[in-house]
Amino acid sequence: MAVEATTGAELVLTRRSFRSFMSEVFGPLLQVLLFVVGSAVVLGGIVILLALALRGARTDIDLLQGTITILPQVIVDGLVRGFLYATIALGYTMVYGVLEFINFAHGEIFMVGAFVGAFFSAALASSGMLTTLSPILFVIAAVLLGMAVSGLLAMSIERVAYRPLRNAPRLVPLISAIGVSLVLQDVMRMIAVNTGLGFNAQFRTPDLGQPLVLAQMPIADERTIPVSIDSRSLIFIVVAIVMLIGLNYLVNITKLGKAIRAVAQDRSAASLMGIDVNRVIAITFLIGGALGGAAGILFGMRVSAINPYVGFLPGLKAFTAAVLGGIGNITGAMVGGIVLGFLEAFVASYLSLFTRGQFSGASYADIVAFSILILILIFRPSGLLGEVVTQKV
Amino acid sequence: MMKRVSAFLIFALLGALLAACGAPAPAAPTAAPTTPPAEATPAPTTPPMGGMTGTIKIATQSPLSGPQAALGVGIRNGAELGLDQLGKTLTDMGFTVELAPFDDQAKPEVGSANAKNIISDNDILCLVGHLNSGVALASLPDYQSASLVMVSPANTNPKITESGYPNAFRIVGRDDVQGAVGEEFARTELNIKSVYIIHDKTDYGQGVAEFFRQNAEKNGIQVLGFEGTEEKSVFDSILTPIQAANPDLIYFGGIYDQAAPLFKQARDRGIKAAFLGPDGLDSPVLLEVAGDAVKGMYYTSVAAPVSQFPDAAKFAEDYQAKYNEAAPPFSAQAFDAMGVCIQAIANAATAANGKPTRAQVLEAMKTLGAYKGITGTYEFNAKGDPVKGTYFVLQVSTEAGAPADVWNKNAVVKRLEIAAP
Repeated sequence: MAVEATTGAELVLTRRSFRSFMSEVFGPLLQVLLFVVGSAVVLGGIVILLALALRGARTDIDLLQGTITILPQVIVDGLVRGFLYATIALGYTMVYGVLEFINFAHGEIFMVGAFVGAFFSAALASSGMLTTLSPILFVIAAVLLGMAVSGLLAMSIERVAYRPLRNAPRLVPLISAIGVSLVLQDVMRMIAVNTGLGFNAQFRTPDLGQPLVLAQMPIADERTIPVSIDSRSLIFIVVAIVMLIGLNYLVNITKLGKAIRAVAQDRSAASLMGIDVNRVIAITFLIGGALGGAAGILFGMRVSAINPYVGFLPGLKAFTAAVLGGIGNITGAMVGGIVLGFLEAFVASYLSLFTRGQFSGASYADIVAFSILILILIFRPSGLLGEVVTQKV
Repeated sequence: MMKRVSAFLIFALLGALLAACGAPAPAAPTAAPTTPPAEATPAPTTPPMGGMTGTIKIATQSPLSGPQAALGVGIRNGAELGLDQLGKTLTDMGFTVELAPFDDQAKPEVGSANAKNIISDNDILCLVGHLNSGVALASLPDYQSASLVMVSPANTNPKITESGYPNAFRIVGRDDVQGAVGEEFARTELNIKSVYIIHDKTDYGQGVAEFFRQNAEKNGIQVLGFEGTEEKSVFDSILTPIQAANPDLIYFGGIYDQAAPLFKQARDRGIKAAFLGPDGLDSPVLLEVAGDAVKGMYYTSVAAPVSQFPDAAKFAEDYQAKYNEAAPPFSAQAFDAMGVCIQAIANAATAANGKPTRAQVLEAMKTLGAYKGITGTYEFNAKGDPVKGTYFVLQVSTEAGAPADVWNKNAVVKRLEIAAP
């Protein structure tokens, strides 16, 4: 009798954990998907309404047609941009979760990742293997290499520049982080310039194929323009999604994830429960750095020319994305990245069209996108998901 | 123990940093004469004229580090070569000559800070620089306050000579003319009907783009867009509207480090428009980064490749021998700018019968007359512009090979002599 009861309870336990497994690993992803679709629909709707409202003001071109023609392309751009910010933002948010500290060197970790890829591809090119290697193998090898180097770099930075300052006032490690960021930029500049890679380093790849044409949009005088997604962008999105699933599994299911969450909630209590806090923090940096490195590799692959200062702006924007999503919250970082990416892509592509070229979209995108951001934060100071989900990492 | 380890690591890091600072010696912002010219010391055969002693320094300011160092170092080297070969005029008089290279990092604030250092050194009588118009404009007020002559080998923005600086001279043409040359070429030779203009928001890039737009609108080319961006890597949001607008031509007003990824990403996306740009694109790095996307494209320039100047053949050889690389664009102009400086100082020294002051050098500059250099004969008008500027339209070579070699094969398709407005 007693034995039966135990097995029954165990069965219930396993079944429940399978359901919770699914919901904890894929739940956040569903939430992200919801925001992707939501942002695309809302912003798309806004621009179409704007086009309808302003239609009479422009006689030289059909504003509505112009708007709809580029809409699918803008959504694809926004998606890629969003995933870029999301993968970097994860590093900020995880470190903030465990240490309540902004790791401003994270943008440079991302840059180092991109350079690791450039070195890797240059080495392959000089040995003549670049053209013969299968593209998939190349992408996997480059991403793993970038993750390893950036992850280890982030971990050693934590050991050298942050851990000795852990009990110092809040601002001290922040300054240390800014210092590390400058050091990384210029050391990488020195390495790149002196190794023949050059300041503007080229990121070569095997032939990744032509852009994938999704549809042909008709425009005036019987011409069509293709709505295409670059194979590199596609790789970016796929790898980013795989990484997000992996991260959710790691944090929500594994014992290590539990330890990370425990340290995030209360460091001293966690240490009383037998958790090696230093080790957990080091691993958090390792994971955040590895994600940043992978993002760097994918970014470098996509833009094909990188320089040592390439990490600064994406880093800053990813930090903004982390705050927008509710800093310390993993799903929030992803959502924030996606929303910011969409905002930027829409403003940059449409501002010029709607203002008859008076305001250049590319130069004012940041102003408009960040103004909207400020508005969102005024109404939701703790970020988009800051209150909905209390669990933080 | 832990503390000691950390302290050790911090010291190690500091050590690495110091080493990093020490490595690129010419990049140091302080004046550091790299190689005192050989002619500086030997005793002249004829006894020096009375009072002609002392050290004369000629400064250069250009980006020696950072993304535009390829051109900036060329300017420094060209000027150095000029001092080595032409400095004899001054050493024969009894002076010791020195080059004082400064690194402006292509940043206005750095250029202006360096300018304050330069004018505080009374031995510096003339300056060869800058590469970037924005940096020159930030530094010119300081030069003016000390009456220091600036001879620019590369600054094409009209404001350099239009802002009333009596001490600003240049041996190159101007953007307003360059924009017009580009527009005319696009309209008449390429049969362009519509254009999308992008610029980099700097004095130089936006300036030349504005002049292109004005002329395009005047002459009936449809301007589909005019956008400025500081973006250096991801051009998605700029390319999407271009793709929708479907222009015949994309005109980029800016520098090659930004143009290269822009052009490459445009081609990757299937945009078929022709590309055109000003002399900021004149660097092999454009080809190195953008590859096939820029092969066969055109650009306008005030400085053709060194191979285009018949008198500069010896310069090209000397440059290759001394610096072990092909002479980059603007290096021959820097050589001539140095020559102009030396001539003006020599004239001033003769007039003053001794080491001249900066004000005397400025006076000598104004009455210099025609100076025959390796890239042309220069005579300055009252504003400081050359009386006649030379403008080129070049085409990027389609041959295969190392970018630096291919770039030197770029052909001049048009050569124009246009008077400064």
